Amino acid sequence: MSTIEDDDEAPSRPWRDTLVRLMHHRLFVTGLVLFGIVLIAGLAAPWAAGVDPSKIGMRTRFKPPSADFLFGTDNLGRSLWSRTLWGAQLSMIIGVSVVALNAVFGTIIGALAGYVRLLDKLIMGLNDAMMAFPAVLLAIGITAALGSSVLNVIIALSIVYIPRTARIVRASVIVLREMEYVQAAVAAGAGHWRILSRHIMPNALAPLIVQLSFLFAYAVLTEATLSFLGLGAVPPTPTWGNIMADGRQYLTDAPWIITIPGVALMLTVLGLNLLGDGLRDVLDPRLRIQP
Amino acid sequence: MSTPLVEARMLSRHYAVRTGGILRRKFTPLRAVDEVNLSVASGETLGLVGESGCGKSTLGRMLVKLNPPTSGDLLFEGQDVTAMRGADLLRLRRSMQIVFQDPFGSLNPRMSVESIVMEPLLIHGAKADAAARAKVAAMLEQVGLPARAARRFPHEFSGGQRQRVGIARALILKPRFLVLDEPVSALDVSVQAGIVNLLQDLQAELGLTYLFIAHDLAVVKHISDRVAVMYLGRVVEVADKRAIYANALHPYTEALIAAAPAVRPGRVRPPRAPGDVPSALAMPAGCRFHPRCRHVMEVCRAVEPTLTQPQPGHFVACHLTGVGG
Repeated sequence: MSTIEDDDEAPSRPWRDTLVRLMHHRLFVTGLVLFGIVLIAGLAAPWAAGVDPSKIGMRTRFKPPSADFLFGTDNLGRSLWSRTLWGAQLSMIIGVSVVALNAVFGTIIGALAGYVRLLDKLIMGLNDAMMAFPAVLLAIGITAALGSSVLNVIIALSIVYIPRTARIVRASVIVLREMEYVQAAVAAGAGHWRILSRHIMPNALAPLIVQLSFLFAYAVLTEATLSFLGLGAVPPTPTWGNIMADGRQYLTDAPWIITIPGVALMLTVLGLNLLGDGLRDVLDPRLRIQP
Repeated sequence: MSTPLVEARMLSRHYAVRTGGILRRKFTPLRAVDEVNLSVASGETLGLVGESGCGKSTLGRMLVKLNPPTSGDLLFEGQDVTAMRGADLLRLRRSMQIVFQDPFGSLNPRMSVESIVMEPLLIHGAKADAAARAKVAAMLEQVGLPARAARRFPHEFSGGQRQRVGIARALILKPRFLVLDEPVSALDVSVQAGIVNLLQDLQAELGLTYLFIAHDLAVVKHISDRVAVMYLGRVVEVADKRAIYANALHPYTEALIAAAPAVRPGRVRPPRAPGDVPSALAMPAGCRFHPRCRHVMEVCRAVEPTLTQPQPGHFVACHLTGVGG
C-alpha cells in the first residue's frame, strides 16, 4: 500500500497514466495501427483514390494488380484501389455514426433503466425482446423495410445494437448506484443529475468505451454483410460488401476482386478487436477472461 | 432530560423479499429494523453494536435520511423530519452526515480529494473559488492530511488516509450529528487508534454528536458514552457504557461481551450464545433471542418483551428483568 508520503511532489495525472499504459500494450498498439490505416485510407479517399470508383472501362476488365491498377480491376474494369478506398470511407462513416448513436442513446436508455427502478422492467423488457432477434436478421429486416441507403443502414444498425449497449450501461449503473460514494453524495444533498453525471457515468465509462470499440467492428462487419446481400448502399456506390458480392462470381478467374476488400474487412475487424482487448485490459481489467 | 438531538420513534424498515418459486411468487417481509426507539443526546457518543445483519447500518442510514423508514418517526432537534423533502431536506442535510465503513468504496475514484471534500459545499451553493479551496485545505489539515493531498486521487492513499478524507467530506458542512458506520472495522488495528483519536478530538473541538456503529465492543467501549445493543432488528438494551459492561442485563449483551477477546484471560466469563442468528425472514416467535438464550423461560417463547427501564437510564427488553418477568 503506497501512501502519499512516499510519493514525490508531481501532481496526479490519471488520464496520462492510462495513456502510457495503453501505449505499452502491444496488441492495443497493433490494433490502433491497423485501425488507423483504415481510418486514414477512408479520410484520404477523395485524394488518394485517383480515378472515379464508378468509371467503367471495357478494355481494363479483370486486370490483376499491377503498377497501373494497384489492386487490379473488376468485371466492369473499375479500379479496385479506388473502390476499396471509397469502401473504407463508407465503412468508417457507418462505424463512427453507429458508435456515436450508440454512445448517446445506449447511455441514456441504459442509465435510465439502471437508475430509475420503475423504468427498469419496462425498458429491459423491450430491450430483451429486441435482443431476441439475431443481429444480422434484424438488420436485414429493418433495412428491407426502410429501403436501401447509407442512412437507413446506419439507422438499422443502431436499432440493432443500442439495446446491447444499453444493457452494458445499465449493468454498470446498477453496481455503481449502490457504491458508498454515491450514498455519501446523497447524504450531502446531491441531486439526481449530479449523482449521474459526476459519480455514476464517469465510472461507467470504462466498460462503455470497451464495448463501443467492439461495436465499431460489429457495425463494419454487419454493414458488409448487408451490402453483400444487396441491402446496403445502392450500387454503384462502392462498399466492401458489394465489391465482394460482385467478385464472388469470378472467384476462380479473378480472385483479387473478392480477396482485397475481404482482407481489408478482416484487418479492420481484427484491428478493432485488438484495440478493444487492449482498452479492456487497461481500463477495465475485471472483464478480462482469465486464460 | 432536555430534547435529544436525534430521536427515533417506533422506526421500522421492512423489505419485501421474494421467496418461493418462479411460478408462485411470494413476498415475505424482512424486518431489518423493527419498531426501534432510540435517542441520541446532543454532544454524546452513542455506540450501536450487534452482529452483522442485525440492522444497525440500516438504522444508521435511516437516521441521516439515506433510507426512508417504512413506518415510525424520526425527530431532529424535536422536529419531525420523517417526511421532509426538497429544500427543507437539503437544509437538514447540512446538520447530519455519515462516514462509511469501506475506505475504498466510499470515495469516487475519478475525483481528486479536493473535489471530493468540496462537493458538499458546491451542492449547498458555494462557488469553486479560492475561498472554497481554503476551506477544504483547512478541513484536510484538521483531519490530519497534508495540504498536498488535495490534488491527489483516492487510489494513492492508504485505508486510514482514505477514511480521513471521508471524515473531512462529512465535516465540511459543519454538521452537528455524525453517523459513523463502522468507520474503523476495515482498517488495520495499528491505524484504528489514530482514527478513533481523531474522531474524539474532532468531537471535542466541534461539539459533535456521534452514533458510532460497530461490531467490535472494544472500540465502542473506548469511544462511547452510552451503548445500544441490537439483535435482529430490535434494540434489546441501552445503557450507560459502564452499566453495560459491568452489569449487562440482557443475556445477549452478556454473550456479546463474552465473545470479545479476553483482556484478563483468568476471569470467569458468561458463556457465549450458541448457534447462529436466525434468518430475519423466519423470525422466532416471542423473544427473538430465545432459541439461543441460556435463561430461556416459557414466557420467552410466546411473548415478545418490550423495552423497560429497571434502573434509571438503563433500558432492556427481557423477561428476566422486565416488569412482566
